[in-house]
Amino acid sequence: MQESYALELIEKNKRIDQRKFDDFRKIVIEQGIIKKAEGSARVKLGETEIIAGVKLNIGEPFADTPDEGILIVNTEFTPLASPDFESGPPGEDAVELSRVVDRGIRESKCIELEKLCITPSEKVWCVFIDIHIINHRGNLLDCAALAAIAALLNAKMPKIVDEKIVRGDYEKNLPVVAKPVNVTVGKVGDKYIVDPTLEEEAVLDSKLSISVMDDDGICALQKQGRHEFDVADIEKMADIAIKKSGEIRKLLK
Amino acid sequence: MAKTDEKMIVDNKRIDGRGFEDTRPVTMEVEVVNRATGSAIVQFGGTQAISSVHGPRELFPRWMQESETGILRCRYNMAPFSVEDRKSPGPDRRSVELSKVARLALEPALFLEDFPKATIDVFIEILQADGSTRVTGINAASLALADAGVPMKDLVAACSVGKIDGQLVVDLNGKEDNNSEIDLAFAIMGTKKKVTLLQMDGIVTRSELVKLVKLAEQTCERIYNLQKKTLKEKFKRV
Repeated sequence: MQESYALELIEKNKRIDQRKFDDFRKIVIEQGIIKKAEGSARVKLGETEIIAGVKLNIGEPFADTPDEGILIVNTEFTPLASPDFESGPPGEDAVELSRVVDRGIRESKCIELEKLCITPSEKVWCVFIDIHIINHRGNLLDCAALAAIAALLNAKMPKIVDEKIVRGDYEKNLPVVAKPVNVTVGKVGDKYIVDPTLEEEAVLDSKLSISVMDDDGICALQKQGRHEFDVADIEKMADIAIKKSGEIRKLLK
Repeated sequence: MAKTDEKMIVDNKRIDGRGFEDTRPVTMEVEVVNRATGSAIVQFGGTQAISSVHGPRELFPRWMQESETGILRCRYNMAPFSVEDRKSPGPDRRSVELSKVARLALEPALFLEDFPKATIDVFIEILQADGSTRVTGINAASLALADAGVPMKDLVAACSVGKIDGQLVVDLNGKEDNNSEIDLAFAIMGTKKKVTLLQMDGIVTRSELVKLVKLAEQTCERIYNLQKKTLKEKFKRV
């Protein structure tokens, strides 16, 4: 019922929470909240809440990049966050979310992976970004991407003594040199809305998720949703995302 | 296949001699798996995808059924021998994501509301991988659905476009894909010009994006015409 109400309102150019079509909900970013993690952040996007933790381990590099660190992004759609989530290995939505967040971080080259080499071809730092959904009230992707970059910006590298990691004893910051921001633009009829709530997500025709870099370059695109859009929509949605990403980036430290 | 320092464009041509807007040689055939309701095999140069459709058929377990509509299920999978370094059998995270995007690329073309409680199951197997596998798979799946006689709003045509050595190109092969600055996958419902798949990795400016989408549209039009021709030939044989 809330969903059909959301749709009715959108058709009248309004939204349930009285936001404008291009307004995000209130964003709250807290960093360094998990003491055992090398980096962490909690992001609240309206009532959607996600915690991201960064853990660093030492591992073998990939054969084709022997002197680069490794990045791994994983997401848990924790059952406590929504009655629709089930326990178990990541489903297709969790896998997709992880991979799209990974793309934005990887393609923007925001982590200087070349600086994470310990011994070429043998040992490199592995950066694990684990995204934990705490409350699902819509737009998990943008909230998760924001939590991931906020956690990375907060992350510090532990010292290595006698080939062992000394956790809690930090040497320097993780080398993060850019702030990619993900903005999902939803389409309903001929209208575009950003940051859809749970009810709005259910009535969207389709969504385009756009990851934008500091210089307005686009480093990832992912069309989502069960319906199609026009070629002409692509530029318009990209423009909205570029504009909003600039505003959101100002919140990142 | 790893990134190399090799140049992708030499003497204004691509390493396989193609022009920038040329696809690789394309072959398409339907009715290739006679146990399936519909099937097709599509090849773009060294990339080969085979697709089967089973259904519409009753969906079990019953709790998965939707009383008002049918559902589409899609599985994208790569054969272990399809790539240079053997790929372990079974779904990996990439295949899970691609299964989802392939399903969403095809679904808008179907009338699922006409098949309540049923499922249409689409399977895509990549037999040989040399870049642009997901779009080759979607081209095959679209033909397989039509071959199955499933009513469709339109055929779905898909292609990859991208940027290599600063040059915008169409239909990236494996080497080009690994060394690309931009790799964009695109699918469109032929005559209706509606986009059902759009994914990009790399770094693209807004103006490059507009040009790439235009190239993708033009290429998909040629692919769509080939798909239609392949289906017409099937009906001539009947």
